[in-house]
Amino acid sequence: MINLKAGSPQVPLPEQWDSYKAGCKLVNPNNKRKLDIIVVGTGLAGASAAATLGQLGYNVKSFCYQDTPRRAHSIAAQGGINAAKNYQNDGDNVFRLFYDTIKGGDYRARESNVYRLASISPEIIDLCVAQGVPFAREYGGLLANRSFGGTQVSRTFYARGQTGQQLLIGAYSALSRQISEGTVKLYNRRDVLDIVIVDGKARGVIARNLVTGEIERHSAHAVVLATGGYGNVFFLSTNAMGSNVTPAWSAYKRGALFSNPCFTQIHPTCIPVHGEFQSKLTLMSESLRNDGRIWVPLDKADAEKLRKKEITPEQIHESKRDYYLERRYPAFGNLVPRDVASRAAKERCDAGYGVGSTGRAVFLDFSDAIKRLGREAIAARYGNLFQMYEQIVADDPYQTPMMIYPAVHYTMGGLWVDYELMTTVPGLYAIGECNFSDHGANRLGASALMQGLADGYFVLPYTISGYLSNEIHTPPIPTTLPEFHTAVQGVTDRLTRLKNTNGKQSVDHFHRNLGKIMWEYCGMARNEAGLQKALGLISDLKDEFSTGVRIPGGLKEYNPELEKAWRVQDFIELGDLMVRDALERKESCGGHFREEYQTPDGEALRNDEEFAFVSAWEYKGGTATPELHKEELEFNVVTPSQRSYK
Amino acid sequence: MNFTLKIWRQKNATDKGGLVTYNVENISPDSSFFEMLDVLNQQLIAKGEDPVSFDHDCREGICGTCSLYINGRPHGPLKGTTTCQLHMRSFRNGETIFVEPWRCGAFPVIKDLIVDRSAFDKIIQAGGYVSVNSGGIPDANTIPVPKSDADASFDAAACIGCGACVASCPNASAMLFVSAKVSHLALLPQGRVEAERRVQNMVAAMDSLGFGNCSNTYACEAECPKEITVANIARMNREFLAAKLFAEKEKQISFSL
Repeated sequence: MINLKAGSPQVPLPEQWDSYKAGCKLVNPNNKRKLDIIVVGTGLAGASAAATLGQLGYNVKSFCYQDTPRRAHSIAAQGGINAAKNYQNDGDNVFRLFYDTIKGGDYRARESNVYRLASISPEIIDLCVAQGVPFAREYGGLLANRSFGGTQVSRTFYARGQTGQQLLIGAYSALSRQISEGTVKLYNRRDVLDIVIVDGKARGVIARNLVTGEIERHSAHAVVLATGGYGNVFFLSTNAMGSNVTPAWSAYKRGALFSNPCFTQIHPTCIPVHGEFQSKLTLMSESLRNDGRIWVPLDKADAEKLRKKEITPEQIHESKRDYYLERRYPAFGNLVPRDVASRAAKERCDAGYGVGSTGRAVFLDFSDAIKRLGREAIAARYGNLFQMYEQIVADDPYQTPMMIYPAVHYTMGGLWVDYELMTTVPGLYAIGECNFSDHGANRLGASALMQGLADGYFVLPYTISGYLSNEIHTPPIPTTLPEFHTAVQGVTDRLTRLKNTNGKQSVDHFHRNLGKIMWEYCGMARNEAGLQKALGLISDLKDEFSTGVRIPGGLKEYNPELEKAWRVQDFIELGDLMVRDALERKESCGGHFREEYQTPDGEALRNDEEFAFVSAWEYKGGTATPELHKEELEFNVVTPSQRSYK
Repeated sequence: MNFTLKIWRQKNATDKGGLVTYNVENISPDSSFFEMLDVLNQQLIAKGEDPVSFDHDCREGICGTCSLYINGRPHGPLKGTTTCQLHMRSFRNGETIFVEPWRCGAFPVIKDLIVDRSAFDKIIQAGGYVSVNSGGIPDANTIPVPKSDADASFDAAACIGCGACVASCPNASAMLFVSAKVSHLALLPQGRVEAERRVQNMVAAMDSLGFGNCSNTYACEAECPKEITVANIARMNREFLAAKLFAEKEKQISFSL
């Protein structure tokens, strides 16, 4: 058993980060120039880290699979970013944001990391405003806020329904500035397919140039992964088509432990699935729950008629509607956390009250808010979301309620990191969504943007200097080392094997099947029998893929099918690990709902005695069963209790 | 629904390329344009042929990866809509649809429908930022910004960098793209500090990268999926002129010193 030590400073929680910064070793400017850092991914975490490390004077190499860093999927985040500014004077402070995040995560996150995140949050807003991020403002010229799920204060900063876009453009601008100053070199349209370890330390990556198909070697003194989440393991998710687990998965195979893989977030407000041809799901921001009321018919007969389109939702009288979140959770109402809202929607649909042609949808209704505030005010808050909904569904949400259903959105699990955000491989860091550290078993809305930027702008630039201060005598790492050669050989062999499989089915066929298995057995509700079954199904799928996949085109050219094949192969292996993790965790917490473990009224039933730990899986090679290690969670400040939003 | 597709196929940057005809059948009117192309690609793969390459990623109209001329119009027939948000219900059953890549010297074709838009990155690198470092920033509320300015800045900042403005312009001008960034930052007090320098550097980069001049056809505004207005171009011209005058004045002062 590996002894997993977070390494948080041994001082009271509020003093930890200051104490760390006061004591951490620095690298002087002359030496920074001699040190290379690879940052993989250019979303909020990656772009902010690359820009900041460049500003500090390191040589940064920044990688993304997109044609430009500005397109990383952080751009699609809609609702906002949390910060404990207390501009509204409504009782917010750092401790409350910390507490809400720990509680929202169902007591499965590490206190020290979360406290640091909350304490850094105000600085993020300051920096973004200075960069020119056009946040929403009041008429007095100061910043506006709104509310998000799982909190009772308004601490969310936003830029209409495009907050992620505006924050990413801010980080991309900062990155562009460093590119022009020569501190960052950009490698776009690259897939990072392996991590190179030399003498136990991360020293580089192997990348495939997606345009030419060339396999490239890149070396550095440290490697930072900011590669996002793995939600696309479900095939249908709100992630971008290209979002993948590949760099994180190669890190796992090179010895980094993978934590809490079964913690996935199913977002309650997405546009429902409508056909077999569908390629992705679209989120409707959680911010809509500020003004939208969620309901289904009180009578099954009405639900039936709605499904057959015999009546319209407007025809159902107020007294015949079940605003089930307001009924079950009067204190938080429509603003309960995501896991709670998603399960409640599933419960109503399973019970036969679902609407829409498939019966797997609930209403999100703005008619009361439009009556109260006027159409103009609603359009100012959510205009672009309403427009997007109308484009996809061809229904006007100003006239008739939206129909929504939960969909895979975010993954709380990821590479295990310590307080310094370093994985179990020295010199290999993981920041943003690709690590596990801050959101426990359920992330609160508007906290992903906060974490990505906190890690990239403010945490990693400090913590990496401690490691690099011991590397100042290490000359640039030659890419001619045997470790690079072996890694290139491995990558080339696997690509050739994929290409030469010459099976009968496309990559999408396997991906779709994997998604069905994962959604059915490792989705919103899980149980022992289903998970056992999933293990077998995934193992079969893995075999079928290895003999049955067909990839047209060549290796040395632009070949999207080849890219997808590599990613899907990794997803299949990850799916197996997620199921194992879900089997092992015999409790319900946050997004992980084991049907065997629930309270009489259907709430998640945690088992703190046995499961107050972070699972951390170690790759054992080939088909060997991975080994489970545990980081026991210590709660020194917050006392875990049953989460109640009633 | 059934469609006949005439799609531009081009093996690589040096290949001449040409239109190839395909047929797709039983397409749901609710499927997106890309989901229709997915169906076509699955057919091609099943037949052992090379699928059509096209740029796409978020498929929710925000990342700006997607492009395409559809029947000669950037992002297809709908106003304020990216290709990925276009659904087949916007076409007639049995229609013949022409699908081509952006055509502009500054955006060379990589393969089929994919073009290289890194010229846009170079323009941003020339000055599309506020030069602040991550640290030592005063509280966000120390600088009040009139709501109308913040809103106007946001409208310009909504640009997704897809390149439709260039693709729609008879001169392949990048003025709408550049002016959107210039406006986004010039409208905010944070961005004013280096506004003169920014506009000059970005315009110089734009000119050097092979984009054409603006001749006020307003095609860019009409085709922009984010409905960025040409008022930004007017603002940029004002900024540019003022910056030039300012630079002249600076020069005179330094001479007289």
